[in-house]
Amino acid sequence: MFDDVLKKLLSQVADLTELPLDGAFNIRNNGHSEGRNSTENIQIVPKENNSGIDIYIKSGTKDESVHIPALITEAGVHDVVYNDFHIGEGADVTIVAGCGIHNCGSEESLHEGIHRFFVGKNAKIKYIEKHVGEGDGNGKRVINPQTHIEAEENSYVEMDTVQLKGVDSTNRVSSAKLAEGATVVIKEKIMTHGDQYAETSFDVELNGAGSSAKLISRSVARDRSRQLFRSKIIGNTECYGHSECDAIIMDDGVVAAEPEIVANNVDATLIHEAAIGKIAGDQLVKLMTLGLTEKEAEAQIINGFLK
Amino acid sequence: MLELRNISFAAEDKEILKNINLVIDDAKFVVITGPNGGGKSTLAKVIAGIIKPDSGQILLDGEDITDWGITERANAGISFAFQQPVRFKGVTVKDLITLASGKDLSTAAACEYLAEVGLCAKDYINREVNASLSGGELKRIEIATVMARKTKLTLFDEPEAGIDLWSFKNLIDVFEKMHEEIQASILIISHQERILNIADQVVVISGGEIAQIGTKEEVLPGLFGVDTGCRYFQGGKA
Repeated sequence: MFDDVLKKLLSQVADLTELPLDGAFNIRNNGHSEGRNSTENIQIVPKENNSGIDIYIKSGTKDESVHIPALITEAGVHDVVYNDFHIGEGADVTIVAGCGIHNCGSEESLHEGIHRFFVGKNAKIKYIEKHVGEGDGNGKRVINPQTHIEAEENSYVEMDTVQLKGVDSTNRVSSAKLAEGATVVIKEKIMTHGDQYAETSFDVELNGAGSSAKLISRSVARDRSRQLFRSKIIGNTECYGHSECDAIIMDDGVVAAEPEIVANNVDATLIHEAAIGKIAGDQLVKLMTLGLTEKEAEAQIINGFLK
Repeated sequence: MLELRNISFAAEDKEILKNINLVIDDAKFVVITGPNGGGKSTLAKVIAGIIKPDSGQILLDGEDITDWGITERANAGISFAFQQPVRFKGVTVKDLITLASGKDLSTAAACEYLAEVGLCAKDYINREVNASLSGGELKRIEIATVMARKTKLTLFDEPEAGIDLWSFKNLIDVFEKMHEEIQASILIISHQERILNIADQVVVISGGEIAQIGTKEEVLPGLFGVDTGCRYFQGGKA
């Protein structure tokens, strides 16, 4: 049922080499569902007009995972999908999303995934999102994901998002609203090359006492690519917020960071760190003294940085 | 055998190295000492290929390597432990030791090098070589890294600096063991009397020139009376 292009994309964005036989999944290709499975604890229900899915995770579900990759394998497809995750109290699950575009044609292919997470009390989720573009056509590959998180009391959300190649343009918008004792950790890794453009923005509201948020962005801009990192953390109560943007620029790459932190309460502790620069000369020299060429040293440093 | 012939280097109109001639024989333990700013670190960087001399020749086993880059010299058997080790975000201790050894290294094998420098391997092997490590920890990892290379010539630039919590005895054991096991030449830049004490040959560099070369018996007695860096370690007494 799947051709090689689709299989390759599935393994790249969702580590799926074959369909999970017993887990919950939904595979979307060119705007249509190519397969879906619910389990006793995880129900996947399509929305009207094929505009997305609702994922219901029962309270107390433990050690289960949901895979919902979205793929585009034709040129000229503009796919917009709304996926809502309803995570019951005390659940502990892993959610693997991700989007792959294989564009061999000359028209632009675009995927906009708008994901909302309603995370119940004491629930814990790990959300993994990978974006990959490939294909030798000159049609652009555009991925614009949105992630909106509402974290209830004492819930924990970890989001890992990776985009390492092939996406011509991306505009990622993430937001989180945190209740008492909730924690959100977002790790982002981006590498752009050629004439690509990547924009990232995070909006975090720390509304509950003892809530905390950590945003970690590591990016590499090569060739003539450009990146913009925006983050805004608002502390409305006793809370902790930390954002960290580290970028390596190479060739004629350009990176801008626009951090904003707003403390509306005397007990809010908010920190922002940003560093942009080329690979440090002494790092290259050190690895060269171990026998690596300058190119090998550079690759090693970048690989480590984005690991 | 490493041979330096008439090596000179100037930066910003200041002569850092003036006509240095030095031979490091195979399997010799040589310590370079002398006052700060005398040109010792520059000389080590010239040997490693990090600094290119303005004039002179460098020969390794008779081959002229003066125009060779850092990588070529590293692959020809020169290792260099930095005075101030470099931090890397995302590169782990195991990555560095594996790169240094030049082959796929099992975790157990990588851990052995850490144990040699007195670090509890399981606590460190998967750590990133980043700002979370203290100066002393980094320094020991740096030493473990060059040990893993097992090259015929290893340069250490002030290995004792920053090693606060680990006794000098262990550091000296490491050098002696390295020296015995791989029958390699070790060149150490140091102010430490206890390191000077285990040298086959002591070279005093001051004002960019070799002030004295000899065995420790010949050089050490004079060191503490003459104008060298060692007096700084005696509280700056004249």
